[in-house]
Amino acid sequence: MALTKDDTIPVHSSEDIVWVRQTVRTWAVELGFGLVDQTKLVTAASELARNTVDYGGGGTVQLEALNNGVHRGLRLTFEDHGPGIPDVELALHDGYTTGSGLGLGLGGTKRLVNEFEIESRPGEGTRVCITRWK
Amino acid sequence: MAKSRIPSILYAYEEELLEEWIREQLASDIWRGDLLPESELRRQSSEFLGALRQAAESDNLTDIMTPQWSEVREILTDLSRSRVQQGFAPWETATFIFSLKQPLFTRLRQELEQDADTLANEYWAATVLLDELGLFTTEAYQKSREAVIARQQQELLELSTPVVKLWDGILAVPLIGTLDSARTQLVMESLLQRIIDTEATIAIIDITGVPTVDTLVAQHLIKTVAAARLMGADCIVSGIRPQIAQTMVQLGVDLDVTTKASLAEALRLALQRSDQTIIRKSRDAAGG
Amino acid sequence: MESIPILKMGDVLLVTIQVDMHDRLAITLQEDLTDRIASTSAQGVLIDISALEVVDSFIGRMLGNIAAMSRVLDAETVVVGMRPAVAITLVELGLSLRGVRTALNVDKGMDLLRASLRSPAEESADGTDEG
Repeated sequence: MALTKDDTIPVHSSEDIVWVRQTVRTWAVELGFGLVDQTKLVTAASELARNTVDYGGGGTVQLEALNNGVHRGLRLTFEDHGPGIPDVELALHDGYTTGSGLGLGLGGTKRLVNEFEIESRPGEGTRVCITRWK
Repeated sequence: MAKSRIPSILYAYEEELLEEWIREQLASDIWRGDLLPESELRRQSSEFLGALRQAAESDNLTDIMTPQWSEVREILTDLSRSRVQQGFAPWETATFIFSLKQPLFTRLRQELEQDADTLANEYWAATVLLDELGLFTTEAYQKSREAVIARQQQELLELSTPVVKLWDGILAVPLIGTLDSARTQLVMESLLQRIIDTEATIAIIDITGVPTVDTLVAQHLIKTVAAARLMGADCIVSGIRPQIAQTMVQLGVDLDVTTKASLAEALRLALQRSDQTIIRKSRDAAGG
Repeated sequence: MESIPILKMGDVLLVTIQVDMHDRLAITLQEDLTDRIASTSAQGVLIDISALEVVDSFIGRMLGNIAAMSRVLDAETVVVGMRPAVAITLVELGLSLRGVRTALNVDKGMDLLRASLRSPAEESADGTDEG
């Protein structure tokens, strides 16, 4: 699988969240994603970026443009060294987020992408990796 | 380990190998002369053999995924793609590579008949290399075919999901056939766009032509209705046959939207809701 | 401090969100709007999001909060102009925005507000059809 473009940007403030949205949008457009797919990806990125800022104490997001021979894709890896998520299963559960104003939005975010991986260790940090294929 | 003799054979006997190889392909039982003219086959074979010779000079005859083999891979990928478009079957396409074995083996035997051990090693090296190339070709063929099918499916989808304007502010989507997620996505996008274009406030989704409604289909419908609602349009689902109603109750599916048995009833309701009426003209109105 | 302009049209407050808001700006809008509803005794709030290409859970919750707070202050809120891609994404995300009334555009939004202001007792709580 070929990696055609790679970049890492900091995610520490709410302005950074906006920058992440705009950067992901630009990359998605370049990769030829349709409008709905772009919107899903940018929204997912916004959710995860916010988690990184609000719950992870700030971190980074790595953007990778991918090509597996048949499809092009965009992979985003959010990483922080914050307190971590004690119960990942619970965080992925939908009831954790909808409407209540609490929660990390992970269950919904998972539905917006094709691949979703999460690693979190309490006290060490969290790493969430999402991929959307064209 | 001694250097393989294959590169030097490819170099010294390129023309002869090419002729014999083309003859092998044309003579084969499965050659599709109806799909590809001989001149084109000649060109493809010549191009490939040249690239093969060059790549083999790198002395790496075992890993074809390295940069030295990229031109060979590109040629095979393009070839597979065109074979798909021309209508060749996978085996017919892979034969391009495998029919090169015989000519190459013949040359190897000629060169090395005095040295049985080396000959055996070279046979093996040639086999491994051509098998890898053959497999690569087959995979490239598969990927191409999948891409073609995907594109055709998309076109079919677009043709079969019309959104019609029934009246001022009222749209209808007559769904026919099974509702999978790709289709639903397309229907959703068309419907929502038409809602904007026509400034519709009501969308009637008619499922008379949908054979079964299971939880998955219901989920798709619910999502479509929810999206339309977020944009400010209400939905009515019509065409729910008694069997479907039964299934839905059994499955515990709650569509959470107004439902009507027929499109006609849905239209009546939609007109009502949008404060519109159709008035029947009186029969004895001679002068209006 | 940058903020989003709030226009007063009769007894309706109109907000047009045209920038990709960062979180603090969204919170400021929420607060400003609440202040203005109270100080002008506005009866309706129209939020135009037709320029928004993305609405994530934060903005979604903001809209829900605005609707809830304005209701407490005896005003109705209508959100208009949601783009199709945004609607599809919000549904997938699982944000139903219950309690937020929606309309296709500003015109229809105003119609909806005027209708509800005329006869509040006849409208259901969130304006959607109960079937």
